[in-house]
Amino acid sequence: MSPQPKNWKEIPLGGACWKSSTEYKTGDWRSYKPIWNSEKCTRCMFCHIYCPEGAIKYEPETNDMVFDYDFCKGCGICANECPATAIEMVLEGKE
Amino acid sequence: MAKVEQKIVPLNGDNAVAYAVKQCDVDVVAAYPITPQTIIVEKFSEYVADGEVDTAFVCVESEHTAMTCSITASATGARTFTATASAGLALMHEMLGVASGCRTPVVMSVVNRALSAPINIHCDHSDAMCERDIGWIQIYAENSQEAYDSIIQAFKIAENLDVMLPTMVGLDGFVLSHTLENVSILPDDAVKKFVGERQVPQVMNHEGELVPFKLDPAKPLTIGPLDLHDYYFEHKRQQEESMIKALDVIKKVHDEYSKQSGRTYGNGLVEAYRLDDAEIVTVCMGSTAGTVKTVVDELREKGIKAGLLRIRAFRPLPVKDIISNLAGKKAVAVMDRACSFGGNGGPLFHEIRHAVYDVPNRPKLVNYVYGLGGRDMQPHMIETIYNELQKIAQTGQVEETVQFIGLRE
Repeated sequence: MSPQPKNWKEIPLGGACWKSSTEYKTGDWRSYKPIWNSEKCTRCMFCHIYCPEGAIKYEPETNDMVFDYDFCKGCGICANECPATAIEMVLEGKE
Repeated sequence: MAKVEQKIVPLNGDNAVAYAVKQCDVDVVAAYPITPQTIIVEKFSEYVADGEVDTAFVCVESEHTAMTCSITASATGARTFTATASAGLALMHEMLGVASGCRTPVVMSVVNRALSAPINIHCDHSDAMCERDIGWIQIYAENSQEAYDSIIQAFKIAENLDVMLPTMVGLDGFVLSHTLENVSILPDDAVKKFVGERQVPQVMNHEGELVPFKLDPAKPLTIGPLDLHDYYFEHKRQQEESMIKALDVIKKVHDEYSKQSGRTYGNGLVEAYRLDDAEIVTVCMGSTAGTVKTVVDELREKGIKAGLLRIRAFRPLPVKDIISNLAGKKAVAVMDRACSFGGNGGPLFHEIRHAVYDVPNRPKLVNYVYGLGGRDMQPHMIETIYNELQKIAQTGQVEETVQFIGLRE
């Protein structure tokens, strides 16, 4: 979102995208935030595979699962699928 | 451009449309047959099979797909045509909004036919009236000649860079579609030159670069994706603006075309028939206007000041022309070949009454719903309407605002 949204005379017709979708931070939509527990996690990568947004990555250098909160919408599929219950969904602002 | 030499060919309305499309150098036709439009698709597929046109013809499995295919083809910059009627148009409904929202200037002939149920294959305007607010330009032809002329004009209107809106040309099912008429045909090269090559505007893409407004892998662009409370409203306002601009474009294209054809349909938006000194006026669309003109002539011979206002462009609604033609008239009857159930009158009545509301010397207005499901609109019925209008003009009193004519009571 640009700080000053354009008016109807300024935008391209037909809903043509004048910005990359990567600039549209859909993480704003989230009400529950996935919190990862490194100790419980077995690095099975289920969360990475199941995430519909591609917002969970494995970082080999640190051996961490990294959540991209700019695009995580808080659907909770990762927490639901995690066999080690290593992901907890916490209400935004209460984490 | 000077008037060109034309050939007179006996054609029914559907064949006239197919012939016009053949001459317009169309890239893609995606269509599904439905009565009374079938002849258009059938005839055009013959042109393709015989190598008379260089058009990709896509036989689709439904009208929903016919429209989807037309939208996507048009989004690549291709000149695109399709045709439908009745239930086929209803099945397209969802995609009609996508066509106008994505600003794809698809041209479609709608051979106006009643909607089910009960099933009926004959003419009324219920099908297209349901699509009033979907963002398409709507033009209605009085005869097959006008259907031919209007299709050619429609490409030039729809593709105009100030417009970029899909356009439908309505012709009355069976009354025009299946009735043989002498149609004057322009030479192929004159039509090709008139419609020209389709142009596309430049827009900014997601990388901040100006690119042609079309789907092209070499210059990627996304058209019409998710648009929430932040921008949807702005895009809809743009569509409204283009509709307003289309009023002028329709007139200009009509004028430019008539220089070659020698034929005019009023100013392109409305056609006034013996209206200047008229006191009692009917308003209608489509083939019925032909019958009304005959009745007006007969009444004029009796000294009755009758006139007709035919609406050619229903969307965008030519409000100014409606006002200038109806202000000061004593009584006006709007004839609707569709019913807006529970709406206190037909859709055309609503539009006309709304247009003249702010005029201080507005006429008394009544509405006649007629011809549903192909019920014949005979001259004596039109005469009845003018008789009623005379009474209203004399007394200034309207007894019943909305009536049905040609109905067994």
